[in-house]
Amino acid sequence: MGRILLLIELKGGNDGLNTVIPYADATYRELRPSIGVARDHTIQLDEKVGLHNKLEPLMDSWKAGDLAIVQGVGYPYPNRSHFRSIEIWDTASASNQTLSEGWIAQAFKGSALPKGVGVDSIVVDTNALPSTGPELRTIVMQDAENFLRQAQALKDTGGMKDGGNPALRHLLAVRQEINGAAKGLADKLRAAAAPAEAYPQEVLLGRQLDLATRVITARVPVVTIKAALGGFDTHANQVQPHERLLGFLAQNLAILRKNLIAANVWNDVVVMTYSEFGRRVRQNASGGTDHGTAAPLFVMGGGVKGGLHGVYPSLSDLTDGDLKHTVDFRSVFATVAQGCWGQQRDFGLRQPQKLGFL
Amino acid sequence: MVAPIGRRGFVARGAAGAAALSAGLWPLRSSHAAATMDFDEARHLLSRTTFGATPAEIRALEAQDYIATVDRLLASVRRNAVTPSPGWLNEGPAELQRQVQAARAEAAEKKTGVDGKPLQPERPLQEQGRELRNWWIEEMLATDQPLTERMVLFWHNHFTSSLMKVRFPPSLFRQNALFRREALGNFATLLKEVARDPAMLIYLDGMRSVARQPNENFARELLELFTLGEGHYSEADIKAAARAFTGWTVDRQTGHFRTRDNEHDGGEKTFLGQTGRFDGDAIVAILLKQPRTAETIVEKLWREFVSLKPDPAEVKKLAAQFRANYELRPLMRAILLSAQFRDPANRGALIKSPVELIVGTVHLLGLPVPEKTQLVRMMIGLGQMPFDPPNVKGWPGGESWITTYTLLLRQQFLRRIVEATTVASMEGAMMSSPQNRRIERREQLPMRSDEGTMQMAQPTAEPRPVEGRSLRYAGDEARLGPTLSGVDSATLLRTLLPRAPIDTVDPARTPGATVAAAMLDTAYQLK
Repeated sequence: MGRILLLIELKGGNDGLNTVIPYADATYRELRPSIGVARDHTIQLDEKVGLHNKLEPLMDSWKAGDLAIVQGVGYPYPNRSHFRSIEIWDTASASNQTLSEGWIAQAFKGSALPKGVGVDSIVVDTNALPSTGPELRTIVMQDAENFLRQAQALKDTGGMKDGGNPALRHLLAVRQEINGAAKGLADKLRAAAAPAEAYPQEVLLGRQLDLATRVITARVPVVTIKAALGGFDTHANQVQPHERLLGFLAQNLAILRKNLIAANVWNDVVVMTYSEFGRRVRQNASGGTDHGTAAPLFVMGGGVKGGLHGVYPSLSDLTDGDLKHTVDFRSVFATVAQGCWGQQRDFGLRQPQKLGFL
Repeated sequence: MVAPIGRRGFVARGAAGAAALSAGLWPLRSSHAAATMDFDEARHLLSRTTFGATPAEIRALEAQDYIATVDRLLASVRRNAVTPSPGWLNEGPAELQRQVQAARAEAAEKKTGVDGKPLQPERPLQEQGRELRNWWIEEMLATDQPLTERMVLFWHNHFTSSLMKVRFPPSLFRQNALFRREALGNFATLLKEVARDPAMLIYLDGMRSVARQPNENFARELLELFTLGEGHYSEADIKAAARAFTGWTVDRQTGHFRTRDNEHDGGEKTFLGQTGRFDGDAIVAILLKQPRTAETIVEKLWREFVSLKPDPAEVKKLAAQFRANYELRPLMRAILLSAQFRDPANRGALIKSPVELIVGTVHLLGLPVPEKTQLVRMMIGLGQMPFDPPNVKGWPGGESWITTYTLLLRQQFLRRIVEATTVASMEGAMMSSPQNRRIERREQLPMRSDEGTMQMAQPTAEPRPVEGRSLRYAGDEARLGPTLSGVDSATLLRTLLPRAPIDTVDPARTPGATVAAAMLDTAYQLK
């Protein structure tokens, strides 16, 4: 049943313009004289846009037709604060609306999940907001063996009273989740095979994807796994750090794809990157970029229809120096909810845009 | 006249002040709002204003007048640390840069030690960062006024700056000293000083903000996080404020604040409905006149000291008084004397932060920890790396401290600390030798999930796994040092827990076993 969504949050606001580059647009070079990606560092995808050459490891996926790039993703009245904007994304809210439940939890509202093991969602980074909500049993776990060993030491909380104390209620609920998840996961995770190809260990993302791969190949019936790569808040001297991050990302995603193909589960997984916002079109005086708006995101998987989706925003028709989004991120979520879990959701949009990537 | 009180005072008076405990544990009805305190209320006051109190410290307050005690507590706040400053305090950025270059050059020569193995290169920046963290933890444990350090931590989490971005430890040390100087001083002074604080100017890019290209980072957080809060200003206000602060920067030689008049935008700005040729101080002055600024601070103090649900009417009332002169001491007095603070329903209603949990446990057990690196590592694992908040919003705190991951890690660390009292020490890790420090340095790689910094893997940020042996036996019974020895099991339980234990604690057990069981009880996470 369904597909597992593997979400990868790019923390800090990824510079979309230096990721998927509008190389043919003269305005790009004009607004980014020193940090713009040179033509000969751009892998041409069509007559307008290309990938940063540090993303070269993704080209296998692109050529195989299972890498989709959704362009110009954002939302109306963009918020440029990290925490507020990631909250808007993670809860699929409008800019002026505060929701407390994550969008993946919302997608399962009113639909009963099979309660096979004690967990529906595994977060291998630290931000669990997308799957936070009563519909999903979510655990945060960065190391499987350590998790299982520690969980054994906590007794079951069945029947314990919180006496009306919300802090205690939270503590007991977390204990309960640990107990349930440990029961469901112990045998499967201990039996899971190591990934066919090892992930590089220099960034946490490699270790996170190692654990994610084990969870997927062990057929733990979760609906989502979340990982993250941090460091994208590039306000100053951004060229080298941003290149390194793109390199890490592409290298890890390429290995992930190989491992899931080798384990014959590539069709059962959808990998999606996202970030709280893109960055200002014009570079700043410090050789960096400030918080912006719309940006592209990547979707990969055996069932994904590769290619460019959506329209690249114009660089000459800006609002306050920022790109105008062409695709609402909630349309992307609606497509994923339908394509992964068969859930029809509009996430508050009157008419979610039909996006053909899934 | 108000006599100063503090940890030393408590301990000195502890034996004399031992009054009989009421027979039953955690009575349902308490002497709420009585003139004098019983044991449980004294415990509550101390658990919220220190990092946790020993039986002697609690008993010293028992049967004392509540209001007089609060006044003494507030009167004795420190303005300077007791722990000597690190030696590199007066080095400027240029000097640090020179050291970093020298270390790199030395590493390039690939020197080997006497054993033929390559020497681990010195990393001056990381070493200073480690010393800075250890210095503050030392101060939290050594101070006679823990409330001061609780306030410094509060301001650090409000006016956040992160070493990972700032990369200049002396500036963070000086920022920390500023927070201590104004810990319970004056918020208007503090805000004005923070705006020209070098660590802040580096952290939020103010030092790079110039008239022809204002950087909005500081202006945005000043409005969103430090004063008004989201939804009480427009994007145009941020742009106007950013222009007003242009030209404030950090001297690259000394690391101190300086202005560059030629980079300042002296033009007219419209900010929150007012128009003028504002500079940074004028923006701060306008913000201090806004009711929201006072409310933001009162709400945050409420969540830190009273409960996670600030009472809106009470907040408005306190904020209106606070706004008159922004003096923090009368505000804290009003909070600590409020009916809500004294309401027994709010006892144990807050979750300890990692710093409170670790510092408090070491203090309670009276555990000698000459080397603080191990303690700092625990805090990092639990999600609170001092001088490195996750982002400019600081640690969200409250319920978010406890996830499936951190709850397990807390249990694991507490078990190790309890073991450290039963077994000799934490396998020598707490008693660190210079050789150990070198190993620690090697292991100390950045590891955060942070917007400003890259996420790097850390080989063993994860503490060593607890062995089955110690889980079953060693952790069973804590060996009690002078802070807890000679105290009966019932009093120990009431000292360690703000409410009845969650798991069954056998009342007939020895005091050592009671302490071990109480520290591993879920209720120990509450304060």
